[in-house]
Amino acid sequence: MGWFDRLKQGLQKTRQLLQTDVRDLFKSGEILDESHLETFEARLIRTDMGVAASGIIVAEVRKEHLGRTVDLDAVWATVKTTLKGLLKGAEGQTVDPNRPLSPLNLGSAKPTVILVAGVNGVGKTTSIAKLTKLLKDNGQSVLLAAGDTFRAAAVEQLTLWSQRLGCDIVTKPSGSDPASVAFAGADEAVARGVDVLVIDTAGRLHTQANLMQELDKIRRVLDKKIPGAPHECLLVIDATTGQNGLIQAKSFSDVAKCTGIVLTKLDGTAKGGVVVAIRQQMGIPVKYVGVGEGIDDLQLFDPDQFVEALFGDGV
Amino acid sequence: MFDSITNSLKSALSGLGRGGKLTEANVRDGLAEVRKALLEADVNYDVATNFVRRVTEQSLGERVLKSLRPDQQIIGIVHQELVNLMGPTDHSLHLRKDGLSKIMMCGLQGAGKTTTCGKLARMLLEQGRKPMLVAADLQRPAAIEQLKIIGQQIGVPVYTEDPGQSTPLQVCSNALKAAKADSSIQVLILDTAGRLHVDSQLMTELEQIDRKVQPDQILLVCDSMTGQDAVNSAKSFNDALELDGVILTKLDGDTRGGAALSIKEVTGVPIKFIGVGEQLDRLEPFHADRMAGRILGMGDVVTLFEKAQQQLDQDEMQAQQERMLAGKFTLEDFRKSMQQIRRMGPLRDIMKMIPGMGGMLDQIPGLDAEGDFSRIDAIINSMTAEERCNPDCIDRSRRNRIARGSGTEAADINRLIKDFGSMSGMMQKMAGLSMMDRFRAMKQMGDGGFFNPGANLQAAKERSKRGPADTRAAADKKKKARKDAKKQKKRNR
Repeated sequence: MGWFDRLKQGLQKTRQLLQTDVRDLFKSGEILDESHLETFEARLIRTDMGVAASGIIVAEVRKEHLGRTVDLDAVWATVKTTLKGLLKGAEGQTVDPNRPLSPLNLGSAKPTVILVAGVNGVGKTTSIAKLTKLLKDNGQSVLLAAGDTFRAAAVEQLTLWSQRLGCDIVTKPSGSDPASVAFAGADEAVARGVDVLVIDTAGRLHTQANLMQELDKIRRVLDKKIPGAPHECLLVIDATTGQNGLIQAKSFSDVAKCTGIVLTKLDGTAKGGVVVAIRQQMGIPVKYVGVGEGIDDLQLFDPDQFVEALFGDGV
Repeated sequence: MFDSITNSLKSALSGLGRGGKLTEANVRDGLAEVRKALLEADVNYDVATNFVRRVTEQSLGERVLKSLRPDQQIIGIVHQELVNLMGPTDHSLHLRKDGLSKIMMCGLQGAGKTTTCGKLARMLLEQGRKPMLVAADLQRPAAIEQLKIIGQQIGVPVYTEDPGQSTPLQVCSNALKAAKADSSIQVLILDTAGRLHVDSQLMTELEQIDRKVQPDQILLVCDSMTGQDAVNSAKSFNDALELDGVILTKLDGDTRGGAALSIKEVTGVPIKFIGVGEQLDRLEPFHADRMAGRILGMGDVVTLFEKAQQQLDQDEMQAQQERMLAGKFTLEDFRKSMQQIRRMGPLRDIMKMIPGMGGMLDQIPGLDAEGDFSRIDAIINSMTAEERCNPDCIDRSRRNRIARGSGTEAADINRLIKDFGSMSGMMQKMAGLSMMDRFRAMKQMGDGGFFNPGANLQAAKERSKRGPADTRAAADKKKKARKDAKKQKKRNR
């Protein structure tokens, strides 16, 4: 199964919902009026993309098609182009599906350090496992550092994954300073000459100032050991998250300077529309999406393909 | 929590009052803003629309528009509708008086089921019941370990099986047998694996467990940060299992908690508890009216009182109060009372429960009360017993020693002693007041800007940075005052 099919399958529920909804809404031959637009906006808001982003799309449709008879394809084209524009941002993000590691800033000097952060329960550890698999499949050697020393059994969880994936892991007993784990990880990574070091962190709500400072400390410690590290800071966001995702992205970026987003749990009915709002307001691109519980279910995020998969015809 | 809803509603409603007279048109405009605020807060689209429609209908009557304070009336209506939306609540778990009660937890991945199981077990322990946890999450790596550790922390038995050899259904039915065999166990809590509500296979598994074990209560654990999809998942779980209640988690973040407003309305399942922190004692019963009050920034004194009752050592408080009255309040007492307050949770949360204090916090965004508390704690810890009782004896050499010991600067210590001096005076006055009057007095002080001596620690530092501007302004002011006084004297002559 190709990766596009997998993405499509993952998004199936989302798409069914969106498509049937919108199919019923705009019928070819009818005249598009304000009440249609209002219902359309409601549907968009249901995808969690927020009032602002929905407003932009609706405004575009209004400008192009209001008062005319509905040409379904043309309306679709407008919606798609606008949405793609929002997702790509100003610099026009493009993605090569044949190089799944292309979104990552793999530093020229070894090792590349990837820090993974996010609020509680978004799927950080699982995403790390998937990412590790992806890295290994593409010929990179990986070292993990179990920086979640707070939650019960979090270290064990990552250790189990590392055993399954056959890669090394640096751990410290539960309750030790996560920055020290990061430091030990960096030490070990340099000593062994691995390509990539992936550091797990404990889930933290972005409102907890002391925990956010802890994240900052991890950054500082890493930078001291390996100048320029972490090269990538991935923020994991749950697709079911609503507008709070925007504030999460903002607060984590302030501290950890996020370079990209991993959007997880996209295989439910949630549409993860909040990434549209994040891209629009913060400019942080989505790099990967999680579309299932399997170890291979981490996909490269390509705005074009994403929008096509979301609105595309047939399965 | 709920800050953003509060602020949006406030600005929308204050816009209503400003025009002097309320007309139908500007009420509609204002409430349209309220609707937008609700949508931005992830309230379900239909729920938000209906809510605003109901409020609009009630607000447009003659009685409201011609009343003395129409904006107050409308806030009242919004409050009442919020309560209706989230209530009525029922936070009893309907446990059996004798025999074994069974509680099943379910929810999406990462909602916080396992942690909440632990919190629930802890709460039951406190109520004098004996719970047992069952690790039925065989899916996620190390989920069983996590529950085991939690069980150890609170001293509750955990039933586990080898995930390779068993199925969740088996685990649950075997656990039931084990619990029945041990007559001391009163409540069985099943921690199931997280699952998506669209995964029909896993949902069937839950239904099987439901039929086999026949739990008395099925609780859905729901992440309060969930967006528009919260309602969909709650609905699916309810259709499959007939939920008895919902536990909202992660409410300690700055989520606007739209899910809280929508779930009850759409599914009819009451919210029973809310999780407000990572520690295992951070589970509170849910109260619709208090929550509505908090959303509207009216404070929540009732919860504050309950917290105080639970957490504060009453005897110690009594003793301190007596010393205060006698004017013998020392730094040692100050440190003790500070520790007691900290036991109630983050100061920021506590302040929000006091009416009128919530808004005050926003005016001092850089306020790091916890940090200041720790700093003060460190300073006092570095003092000798004599210095704590009699701060006047602290001379320069002692001051330098304390500063070194606590990692602060000598100026900080001076300030603390000064603040403490003025505060113990106030305390003496306050000790004679009733609890309610004390809150009022505290609020007045807060408005005056010297509620928290620690806050001064930092504020003063910042002031000194832009010193010159201030001194010049002060000098000008003095000059002007002198001139005025001279003029006045001349006139008097």
